Amino acid sequence: MSSANGNLLEVNDLRTYFDTEDGVVKAVDGISFRLKRGETLGIVGESGSGKSVTNLSIIRLIPDPPGRIVGGEVVFNGQDILLLSGKEVRKIRGRRIAMIFQDPMTSLNPFLKISRQLMEMTQLHLGHTKAQAYQHAIKMLETVGIPDARTRVDNYPHEFSGGMRQRVMIAMALSCEPELLIADEPTTALDVTIQAQILELIKKLKQETGTSVILITHDLGVVAGMTDHVIVMYAGKIFEQAKTSELFAQTGNPYTKGLLRSVPDPTAEQGQLYQIPGSPPDVAHLQPGCPFAPRCERAEEICRREFPPFVKLTADHHSLCHFANEVFATSAGVTSN
Amino acid sequence: MALVESQNGPTTLLSIRDLKVHFDQGGNDLLNRLFQPGTGKRVVKAVDGVSLDIFHGETLGLVGESGCGKSTLGRAILRLTQPTAGQVVFRNQDLAHLSNRKLREHRRHLQIIFQDPYASLNPRMTIGQIVGEPLETFNLARGAEAERRVQELMETVGLSKRFIKRYPHEFSGGQRQRIGIARALAVDPDFIVADEPISALDVSIQAQILNLLEQLQRKKNLTYLFISHDLRAIRHVSDRTAVMYLGKLVELGAAKTIYDEPLMPYTKALISSVPIPDPEIEAARQRIILEGDVPSPINPPSGCRFHTRCPFAIEVCREIEPKLVEIKPAHFAACIRISPDQPHIENVAPGDAPGLELNQRMDAQIA
Repeated sequence: MSSANGNLLEVNDLRTYFDTEDGVVKAVDGISFRLKRGETLGIVGESGSGKSVTNLSIIRLIPDPPGRIVGGEVVFNGQDILLLSGKEVRKIRGRRIAMIFQDPMTSLNPFLKISRQLMEMTQLHLGHTKAQAYQHAIKMLETVGIPDARTRVDNYPHEFSGGMRQRVMIAMALSCEPELLIADEPTTALDVTIQAQILELIKKLKQETGTSVILITHDLGVVAGMTDHVIVMYAGKIFEQAKTSELFAQTGNPYTKGLLRSVPDPTAEQGQLYQIPGSPPDVAHLQPGCPFAPRCERAEEICRREFPPFVKLTADHHSLCHFANEVFATSAGVTSN
Repeated sequence: MALVESQNGPTTLLSIRDLKVHFDQGGNDLLNRLFQPGTGKRVVKAVDGVSLDIFHGETLGLVGESGCGKSTLGRAILRLTQPTAGQVVFRNQDLAHLSNRKLREHRRHLQIIFQDPYASLNPRMTIGQIVGEPLETFNLARGAEAERRVQELMETVGLSKRFIKRYPHEFSGGQRQRIGIARALAVDPDFIVADEPISALDVSIQAQILNLLEQLQRKKNLTYLFISHDLRAIRHVSDRTAVMYLGKLVELGAAKTIYDEPLMPYTKALISSVPIPDPEIEAARQRIILEGDVPSPINPPSGCRFHTRCPFAIEVCREIEPKLVEIKPAHFAACIRISPDQPHIENVAPGDAPGLELNQRMDAQIA
């Protein structure tokens, strides 16, 4: 089933726009990336950068209207998801591509027992009988480390803590052994010690099942520890794309550089923190030129006039910047300071 | 009273003594007594006996997980939440027991910045009114003078004077937080409680607000209680850091020391779970992954409240409530399995509790 080049997912020039009173918001505007089997891809960005919309587009969950996918391809196992009928998409969604969301409380139905919600998945997708599905639900809860799974399976969502609910979500997402797991800010609503538990769990389950993962987050620390490749998004565009180790060692984009420098480094005594001036742009009213130009310390005349090129820096490393090569050349070893 | 009064160094601005904030959750009404006899009143002990000195001009970072009582402690200091017991001594006055009128006079010197810049500003007031309101309330300025002050304040926090007639919804999160800061500064306070001031903001904006707070502190000689769950931010801004767990202080010391050489097992776990933006460090790190969740503060575990999740817990930890003890100079921790002679829990023999004796002696002193 796998496509010839070993990619599980190929996203080509994806464009998702929203019609608002304010005009057309180009939430995702020409995104392309590949994901190999068993790999973890991190997508980082600030609010409004389009990271969540990208992933909702991949599983065709964009509310239409106001949103619409206006162009591009999402090739999953050699098949363009954007061309499938609603019925065909439902066979993939949940079964082969699963998703976990930021807020585990709002993603579980408060009126239904956990067992019922877990069983629904395998009864629908794997054709389990009630008894099979129930046993499978218990097994999944055990897999994600919920103590006393046999009794807990018949509890309601409110009887679980935030971290436990996120475990239930993961159990549900993984219950049909999906090939791709999309995790949208899975730990943002959780405390750090619980975050550590959940990240460790995702890592472990990924190793055991070989599932590919797309991890959406705003936390560069989480990206550093969890991902093989990383995409940095800003204003609906990919600003930088690289192997995680390469991006952190030597970035080729002023925005990424600014982001990395503005995170306090707990291992060093610092005076003033580096700060990116201004705030993220209003995507409905983008100026011509580079969307980051008004906040960029490297910006010159050309940045405000012309949209920047997507420059190839090394085989695996691209940056959207007029001065990508210079930024790349000067940032070796300095970004982490 | 675990804190040593070493007054030769920094001077104390505010002293918190055995502060308690308990919330009655009911559970003692007729229905409960009929159907669940014996369960009795449910009381959330959000803050349960905290003693702490805050020094002039410092930033004291207060860190802990959700539900540990850190925000309640911050609010109780300003008496935005009424303390159940204990004292908050500021300029020789106990704020916890002042009359409302007297308290008001003092409130001018103590201000707060809230977490959510969307919910904490009145949407029907202009920025000018929001920032100017405290000036009127405290009779500090009126009319043209007040307006001049407001403009000054807006400039101080990095907002253009042109915005003075605009409403909160016209601003971004970062700008709203600046408005909140301007309002807090309007009355020229000495002490500001910053309750998760950057948690709701984007990464690139967080650095701006942290820098602004630091710059204001230098300029206006402010003292901060900086409350956050973000250890990286706490480490960056604070001079000293206090760690809270289920209503109790469990560790206190210089920010760098707490981060580099934490003593108490909870702090160790907390710090080891902070993701570091460096793939090489992340790959090599050994994390302490805590089991389970933070227990409910309604019925906290006996003895050391952390014992249910602590990898080092022994039988005694269930019974003895550890006091905050000065383990190393100016570095306090609440754990009976360490002592000034044996500060590193990894080196303590299995089953040993070298801090136990000291803990009991302190108990005896109080009695």
